[in-house]
Amino acid sequence: MTTTVERPTESQRRFKVIGTRPIRHDGLGKVTGADRYGADVQLPGMLHAKMLRSPHAHARIKKIDTSKAEALPGVKAVVTSRDLPIIDDKPIDLAETLGNPRVLAENALASSKVLYKGHAIAAVAATSPHIAEEAAELIEVEYEVLQPVLDVREAMKKDAPLIHEKLTTHEVQRRFTRGDDTGVISNVASHLQFKQGDVADGFSRADVVVEREFTTVPVHQGYIEPQASTAQWAPDGHLTIWTSSQGSFGIRDQTAAILGIPQSMVKVVPMEIGGGFGGKIGTYLDPVAALLSKKAGLPVKIVMTRKEVFEGTGPTSGSYMRCKIGARRDGTITAAEFYLAYGAGAFPGSPVGAGAMYGLAPYKIDNVLIDAYDVVLNNPKVAAYRAPGTPQAAFAVESTLDELAEKLGIEPMEFRLTNAVREGDRQVNGIPFGSVGCVEVEEAIKNHPHYRTPLNGANRGRGVAMGFWGNGGMQSSATINVNTDGTISLITGSVDIGGTRVAVAMQAAEVLGLAAEDVVPTVGDTNAVGWTGITGGSRTAFSTGIAAITAAEQIKRTMAERAALKWETQPEDIEFEDGVFVSKMNREDRLTFKEIAASMMATGGPITASASSNPRQVGVSFAATLVDVEVDRETGKVQILRATAFQDVGMAVHPSYVEGQMQGGTVQGIGWALNEEYFFTDDGTMANSSFLDYRMPTSLDLPAIDTEIIEVPNPGHPFGVRGVGEVSIVAPMAAVANAIHDAVGIRMTSLPMSPGEVLKALDEQQRAGK
Amino acid sequence: MSLKIHVRTTVNGEETEFLCEGRQSLLEALRDILGLTGTKEGCNDGNCGACTINLDGRIVDSCLVLAAEAEGKTILTIEGVASIDGLHPLQQSFLEQAALQCGICTPGFIVAAKALLEQEPDADEHRIRHWLAGNLCRCTGYDKIIRAVLDAGAVVRGAK
Amino acid sequence: MAEKGSRAKALAGGTDVLVQLRAKRYLIDRLVDIKKIPEMNELTCTEQAGLVLGAAVPCCLIYENQDVSRLYPGLIDSAFLIGGIQIQGRASIGGNLCNAAPSADAIPTLIALEATCNIVGPKGKRTIAVEDFCTGPGQNVLKDGELLVSIHLPPPKRNSGAHYLRFIPRNEMDIAVAGVGASVVLSNGKIESARLALASVAPTPVFATKAAATLVGKEANEEAVLEAAEEAKKAAKPISDMRGTIEQRIHLVGVLTKRALNKAIARAKGAE
Repeated sequence: MTTTVERPTESQRRFKVIGTRPIRHDGLGKVTGADRYGADVQLPGMLHAKMLRSPHAHARIKKIDTSKAEALPGVKAVVTSRDLPIIDDKPIDLAETLGNPRVLAENALASSKVLYKGHAIAAVAATSPHIAEEAAELIEVEYEVLQPVLDVREAMKKDAPLIHEKLTTHEVQRRFTRGDDTGVISNVASHLQFKQGDVADGFSRADVVVEREFTTVPVHQGYIEPQASTAQWAPDGHLTIWTSSQGSFGIRDQTAAILGIPQSMVKVVPMEIGGGFGGKIGTYLDPVAALLSKKAGLPVKIVMTRKEVFEGTGPTSGSYMRCKIGARRDGTITAAEFYLAYGAGAFPGSPVGAGAMYGLAPYKIDNVLIDAYDVVLNNPKVAAYRAPGTPQAAFAVESTLDELAEKLGIEPMEFRLTNAVREGDRQVNGIPFGSVGCVEVEEAIKNHPHYRTPLNGANRGRGVAMGFWGNGGMQSSATINVNTDGTISLITGSVDIGGTRVAVAMQAAEVLGLAAEDVVPTVGDTNAVGWTGITGGSRTAFSTGIAAITAAEQIKRTMAERAALKWETQPEDIEFEDGVFVSKMNREDRLTFKEIAASMMATGGPITASASSNPRQVGVSFAATLVDVEVDRETGKVQILRATAFQDVGMAVHPSYVEGQMQGGTVQGIGWALNEEYFFTDDGTMANSSFLDYRMPTSLDLPAIDTEIIEVPNPGHPFGVRGVGEVSIVAPMAAVANAIHDAVGIRMTSLPMSPGEVLKALDEQQRAGK
Repeated sequence: MSLKIHVRTTVNGEETEFLCEGRQSLLEALRDILGLTGTKEGCNDGNCGACTINLDGRIVDSCLVLAAEAEGKTILTIEGVASIDGLHPLQQSFLEQAALQCGICTPGFIVAAKALLEQEPDADEHRIRHWLAGNLCRCTGYDKIIRAVLDAGAVVRGAK
Repeated sequence: MAEKGSRAKALAGGTDVLVQLRAKRYLIDRLVDIKKIPEMNELTCTEQAGLVLGAAVPCCLIYENQDVSRLYPGLIDSAFLIGGIQIQGRASIGGNLCNAAPSADAIPTLIALEATCNIVGPKGKRTIAVEDFCTGPGQNVLKDGELLVSIHLPPPKRNSGAHYLRFIPRNEMDIAVAGVGASVVLSNGKIESARLALASVAPTPVFATKAAATLVGKEANEEAVLEAAEEAKKAAKPISDMRGTIEQRIHLVGVLTKRALNKAIARAKGAE
């Protein structure tokens, strides 16, 4: 096994805590099984609930009869959409996606129509999960089955069956807005266009133009923990929800909106969360558990089965894309045209906007035309999935570029470097890039031993691809309480999916001159800490980090005031060096952090500080995947031999967890590249809704994943931190496709590049006599 | 189905009794009857390994064992891996190597890897990857998990 | 079990039956744990009498047994690739056979090794060849109240070799897109007899007698192997589903037959 490079870090020169690798504070509970996740909640008198889900992909609900279920001994409550209030049809911000409580409610419990197989219709709470399951099967639903629409291009046709009778296409100028209503009824929810320069003129100046079509199918986030929620609606109207989600405040706000009750009446208690990757931002179970609890007068827990997770929760979009890029002989790209149509699933809201914005981001191209379409289908409503919408687009762009480089006879990394974006270059929406590490990432690839070591052997090939993600900022809150022994407690609202407690705690420790172990980080419930956005959008270490840093700075100021009181001087005259407060007036006057903490009750009482972040300068991220494969020409199977992930992380707070994000995203990308897919039958049934047939990579499918951390500091963060969670998933699919081409000479333009598909392409190659 | 079955078993070194339904899995019994929620459910059909326990010296997916089958058997769950003397080398190694992110698969991996290291503390990378192929992790890409098991193996055999 | 008839099922390792019960593939009133019946756990292996394999013996005990590993490496191929380690601690070859999945990884091996089934029922005992055991997907010859007690493998012939391999998209934890079990007996470099069986290409495992017959009397070389592989493809009558298409499966039968035979021949020559 090759070793991950121990980097000579910039951070180790500048910082004491940042850049080190302390053991995460919450680790013990996770290696001993003591930590409690969503499904681990047990409350006195708690009932268990199961959902009834649609067996049809598209059908009108004519009648629901729950009487037999209600009559089953042990059943305490049954709910359907009739139990939901009628609520406003207005969008709320769900961070990476736009939410609409009416849509979320309709997705949680269908009213008049079911829009995908697995769409929830009713729920039963009973004294045991087995009784609840039996009862759910006793609910009788009468359907008028309609023709399902399962393919993006089919859905866009004029005569396609309509999924929503009143849905009209909106012309969108900016992402995350609904845009102008065209009044045209169709399955196309929106059209978004980006235009720079003159593409016709650009292509006319190109020596070589490559145009290719690409398709991808939905893939699932694949978190190992199924959704789970427990609700207790008290007689006084207070609702408490214990849930594993990516954002407690998001779940609170969505649930309150769906149920039509004030946010103040809802408390969300974050449980540990067993993976999310974007899939646990929107609510599915929480309002349903709440309604059941209200009816039954007891706490109710709902835990999804794996099949429900696949059929009822968000995969990401399948897509149809056309990518056309032209370049001159010298390697300068002159124009690009990019058409993207993404499936949104049952309700509008695919991440096609991100694909449109970010697919071409690593390249400076003056003439660009991008058309993006958001299309509804009879699939589960898509949810965010790690750099939502961008991996599909990068697959198209980076594959097209690889072919263009080949046709120009230019080495792929040279071609990319010739066109790499730098600070000040304009993005497709016209806004210039700030400080970015695109060139640095590309140089790092060229200089990496993996890239410089020749790959030998038959049917082996090497591929590289770039990826970009805009990262999120959003708001976070943090509270720091100083203990009299000089340790501190740090409460944030950010649920910890992969080590953010330690990453945020380290930033507070850095400011206060403490060791990471002196900070006790806690994830607070929605009544215990200020509003905090989701753990998602690669924003937690960055934005919650800023909140913690700001709170820590306040603590430092308060401590300086306490010292000033003692030394009868002004706080401005006090410096903080290596964990010691020193008077500039008399350098003999020194008090350590611990000493001021010990005396705080005598000097003015407890020292606490709360702060929030609302960052403006989000550091965007470039990344790349370099991969070696071997193709079995007889079976079409692709084996990953070696993979290296490159990423500009700004500043690695805890390098181990940064590497972990890079490795995890790379492997999810490899799964997406090779075998993961929603395999729908003609009637819209997902035929492979289990971990047996939805083939996520196992440990035996992979080599070690090497990482190369690049640090181009983000000026928008005190320590230079950029988000690190998502961008690593963007490049792998194209990198693998390019490696397959290098190995056996075929261009794969559809995902997944499963053995059967590779075999087909090899057959065609043979028949074409290449 | 109301006739309950009385089961006597040894869980993490303690003699234990419980009443279960015939249709309940051992996973359900451990979690819902005995309150040992460290063993996780990821798929309930033997394809993710999150519910791995050690049953009479063999690792099994507890979702594919009926609770009633535990009669007279000896069970080890994640809650029994650490001792009063401290963490097992695997637990320590997972912490030091950052071999977990969300942590939901971690108990299954540790229980499975422990069984391997007990018989083959010098297991190499390929052997470890093969042994753990029945445990899915979606966060880490396995790299740090494999390193952690290799490292713990060295501790177990006294080489580190 | 006789009392409940088709509403009763036997429980061995449970790795199939519990999953199918939860998926409501069938409804039953009684699940009978047969692991405590001594005959079900028999594992006797000698060069003279062959192998008696109790129907409930889990895979791990098979591949950990040195005599079985030495005499029946083809069976070890199957036992070692059914599920992951957790599954192998519970799943039995007998259960794999009774479950009668077209994709079962053990059945082609058993057919290639001329295994027979010892069945006990209310009307006494009977013995049938494994190739006659499966009658459809999930269907077998067992009548209500009958149990598969054990599987018998005859002693390995001199200069014989067997191999099972399957094609799966991942490297473990997967269902065969296609699988091939092969056995050969060599005599002076020529193939004296051969048996081939295919997985995942028909409603039941396929005993490909015609393909095997093409090998008899030929030199054990590439030409003979390729001819048998072509013939084996004709025996495959697969469907297209989420795991593979008709064309892909037929193609794979050819590839896998070739690879399985080559390895079986190598084993027969004592290369292993």
